[in-house]
Amino acid sequence: MSLITVKNLYKEYDDNVVLENLSLSINEGEFCTLVGPSGCGKSTFLKMILGQESPSRGLFLFDGKPFPTEPSIERGIVFQRYSVFEHLNVLENVMLGIELGESKFFGKLFGAKRKKAENSAMEMLDAVGLKSSAYKYPSELSGGMQQRLSIAQSLVKKPKVLLLDEPFGALDPGISADMHTLLLELWKKNNVTVIMVTHDLHEGFYLGTRLLVFDKVRHDPQAPDAYGARITYDIPVGETSSTVYRKIDKSIKEE
Amino acid sequence: MKRLMNQKPSKSTALFLGLLPFFVLFFVYIFASEARLAENPNDKLLPSMTTFTQAIDRMALTPSKRSGEILFIKDTASSLQRLGTGVLISATLALLMAIPLGLIPYMRSGLSPFVAAFSMVPPMAILPILFIVFGMGEMAKVALIVIGVTPLMVRDLQQRVSEIPAEQLIKAQTLGGSTWTIVVRVILPQMLPRLLDSTRLTLGTAWIFLISAEAIAATEGLGYRIFLVRRYLSMDVILPYVAWITFLAFLFDYLMRRFTYKVFPWYTAGKDNR
Repeated sequence: MSLITVKNLYKEYDDNVVLENLSLSINEGEFCTLVGPSGCGKSTFLKMILGQESPSRGLFLFDGKPFPTEPSIERGIVFQRYSVFEHLNVLENVMLGIELGESKFFGKLFGAKRKKAENSAMEMLDAVGLKSSAYKYPSELSGGMQQRLSIAQSLVKKPKVLLLDEPFGALDPGISADMHTLLLELWKKNNVTVIMVTHDLHEGFYLGTRLLVFDKVRHDPQAPDAYGARITYDIPVGETSSTVYRKIDKSIKEE
Repeated sequence: MKRLMNQKPSKSTALFLGLLPFFVLFFVYIFASEARLAENPNDKLLPSMTTFTQAIDRMALTPSKRSGEILFIKDTASSLQRLGTGVLISATLALLMAIPLGLIPYMRSGLSPFVAAFSMVPPMAILPILFIVFGMGEMAKVALIVIGVTPLMVRDLQQRVSEIPAEQLIKAQTLGGSTWTIVVRVILPQMLPRLLDSTRLTLGTAWIFLISAEAIAATEGLGYRIFLVRRYLSMDVILPYVAWITFLAFLFDYLMRRFTYKVFPWYTAGKDNR
């Protein structure tokens, strides 16, 4: 069943058209990667799914209902940076999601409930390979470990969609390879839909099940903002050839 | 030879260099004092060390003939009480105002211009109003500190609140936080060490207001004493009092810094000092 339905969607800021006439549908359990030249609106699209931005026109449904216009627990997010809480240690960072959900006034659990939350948080940390760092503060972690933590934080809430905004953009190539393996593993195990924005075509091409390429089709040299980006490629990963790869690579780098 | 900008002193040299200006000042004083006293033994401007010792003995060790209290201790206690009360009230107000101002757009639109305008009022100019409204008692002096210091702290802390990365606030919302629980679990804990920092830095300003208020209307206090003995040109009392106030200011700064490092280890982890 279609989790996210988009039909004839436009996003404009005054005269600046960012996205034009977007139509697609994303099913439950898919792993979509979004690539495109910078400024093509892929991050804007992600923000609309997150609830940080709303579309100007068009149909935009989440699970058959209009999109909530503010962030909620159904949609987890991992940003490139700053998405862990510096004042909490690793374990507390993961527990926070459980605590905010169960304790509406203090946002904090005590006693037996706390113990239970600690156990589920520990399980999640084990899954992302951070169990041995449970009592460290984020500032003591490397960039890759902080991103693992951020993923664990989101997954503990069992969101329907996990959104990732260039999550490995700031990491070393060797480390992002490890992160790819981990992410695929978690995706399969947690039965979650993943939508990831990346600027690395290679990443988008081999990770996940579906590749969406955003690009501007029409250009007006007199008014560069007059036309927005559309989806120029929508291809299942695995059935792609190196010719297509080169073609997309070229179109992205033209900007 | 390395460039001057690349040469670093060793630990002991650094200590020596750090103490040097203090010794220089001390010896310049001794020298100047002796030169003046040699010319006129009754000169009051630069008293000798013996005069200081006598003054310190009179103020800090011997009970006052009139009240039986030790003046120095009484002055220190009442000044610190005023300073402490004023700063504590200011810090509490700052925390209560800055978080809504920094986080809630409706609050910011409604109150930010007012806070900005209010912080422009020169506190010394409204000191007479405070004396009229609160009388000559403790209240007016504490109120002056509060009025002088709170706007500074509110604006500083509001800035810190708005510096929390938007990513964190969005993340907290996707984890199921409401405005209230996000304040309690994410913003407040991150603001506490910053509040301590802000308090520490505004303490100097608080001292200014304290001493000004005491100079005008008080019956005891460090500022009161200095302005009282000024009439008799008692440099032998004024200078030790100034040194004592400086030492207290330094001590509080140091203690608050240590406290922050101890209680909020995550806050200082990113900074490489201490």
